[in-house]
Amino acid sequence: MNPRKYLKVYAKFLHTSLASELEYKTNIFIDLITAILSLIGSIFLLSIFFQNSLNIGGWKFEEALIIQGIYTILNGITNTWFNPNLTEIVKHIREGTLDFVLLKPIDSQFFISSKKINPSGFLEIILGLCLLILCIRINQINLNLSFLTLSFITIICSICILYSLWFFISTTTIWFVKTWNATEVLRSFLYIGRFPLNSFSFSLRIFFSVFIPIAFITTIPSEVFLGLSQLWKISLEVIVAIVFLTTSRKFWLFALKFYTSASS
Amino acid sequence: MVKNVIEVRNLSKSFDITSKEPGLKGTIKHFFRRKTKSSKVIKDISFEIKEGEIVGFLGANGAGKTTILKMLCGLIYPSEGSILVAGNLPFRRKENFLKNITLIMGQKQQLIWDLPPIESFYLNASIYDIDKLEAKRRIKKLSDMLEIDNEIFIPVRKLSLGQRMKSELLAALIHEPNILFLDEPTLGLDVNAQRNLRKFLQKYNKETNATICLTSHYMKDITSLCKRVICVHKGSISYDGKLDILLKRLSPVKEISIVCHSKKDAIKLGKSGFSVKNQTNNEITIIIENNLFTSSLKAILNKFDIKDLYINEPPIDEIIGKILIKKKYDI
Repeated sequence: MNPRKYLKVYAKFLHTSLASELEYKTNIFIDLITAILSLIGSIFLLSIFFQNSLNIGGWKFEEALIIQGIYTILNGITNTWFNPNLTEIVKHIREGTLDFVLLKPIDSQFFISSKKINPSGFLEIILGLCLLILCIRINQINLNLSFLTLSFITIICSICILYSLWFFISTTTIWFVKTWNATEVLRSFLYIGRFPLNSFSFSLRIFFSVFIPIAFITTIPSEVFLGLSQLWKISLEVIVAIVFLTTSRKFWLFALKFYTSASS
Repeated sequence: MVKNVIEVRNLSKSFDITSKEPGLKGTIKHFFRRKTKSSKVIKDISFEIKEGEIVGFLGANGAGKTTILKMLCGLIYPSEGSILVAGNLPFRRKENFLKNITLIMGQKQQLIWDLPPIESFYLNASIYDIDKLEAKRRIKKLSDMLEIDNEIFIPVRKLSLGQRMKSELLAALIHEPNILFLDEPTLGLDVNAQRNLRKFLQKYNKETNATICLTSHYMKDITSLCKRVICVHKGSISYDGKLDILLKRLSPVKEISIVCHSKKDAIKLGKSGFSVKNQTNNEITIIIENNLFTSSLKAILNKFDIKDLYINEPPIDEIIGKILIKKKYDI
């Protein structure tokens, strides 16, 4: 693998998909409004939960806002990179255009995971970052090096887990051809990530930690922000991220052996 | 001696195909319990293709032509047998192999829909590790050959089908591959666009000595590009050889319509030993075997004073139609 070539190709991907998206100005404008309204709606919903109680599952409203901030960043990343690319896999497989991807001298997973970009997702990332900065001030969090490093590691791990889950489901299209519904189910599970894990019952907590690791995606990075996280939890998140990434990679390579291409 | 670029030995491919009964009951049954049947779509085929050859794959819809092409370029794993393309096992899709081949499908496109083709060309150039200057040179050369200049700066969605196909070709050839797999490249194009594309492929083959494997339902593509054809019938090869030999074999006779000066002359000609198809007044149609055609024609012109003469060859589509339905040709 030649990293320089991949960087060059990624720069071209960025350029072409930004140029494609900018062809439709109104669409971008609508996406931007949706992002703002969605964040306002989420904060409003959270505030309703805290109306009658000062804390839920041990989390105060100001602390729960950190989870909302991290969720908004991750949702922005999903909308910017994962959604446009990974839902495209379904289209590629249904229409047989995956043929063109597989015949290019470049890693097929890299190609289909990064070819497209939706610039309106950037706003969500920026809004999420603003909310996090606000939370840092409200909660009087001390910004030191270890805090920044741990936050960075846990957020990167969250992105990896999220990507792997998304990619894993998209890969199953090779057998099931149409998996839009499965990605929608995953999306609705991710909505749950807006709320602290402790606010759920024990059995749901186990489900969201073991089967669909929502807990690792938002709660652990938020705990790091509040200085509540233990080292074993962070290490576990790193391990889960590595396992998910390698499994999704192996699963993709395995699935390609069953790719039959669409008929002409 | 020209070397083999493609070697296929005892190749077979099976697919699992589901079937569904009609009606609501059938739909519900299909939802809960799918009937899957393994179907052998390619059956024990073997052939070789030499460097620089243009080979046409002929066959009815569903005969297995596209499956063969997709196995040759490494998109589909073969169930049995072996394939070597330029010394590579295609399904491993090694970088060197992929840089050597290209696949063009008339019904699918790789160009970015909302952007001008030039953007897709430079994207492909970066994927094939071609530097900007070299890419620019190749785009200029190929666009000259394809006779597209300004069109490469217009968004793909605004181009005509012919211009789009030319741009697809340019995008697929920017890495200068030596082996081209073309699956119905002229599909939906008008007569002039088809002719231009064929002209380009001939030129490309002549200039680069590239090997071309082609499937097409337009017989003009096959007759003007391919000296050799491989006929596929229900997954088996029914004929592999020169196209002109096959055409002669399937159409061993020619019809000549002769207009004589009088009815008497026409009757006289009809009684001179030729096989007569029909005769009306002073016009007579006779059938002559291909191998006797020149001598017979000479004899007619010497012996009879004729007014006019037409040679009717059976339509090529009709002959090829016969090829598609026959299981085996021993020539």
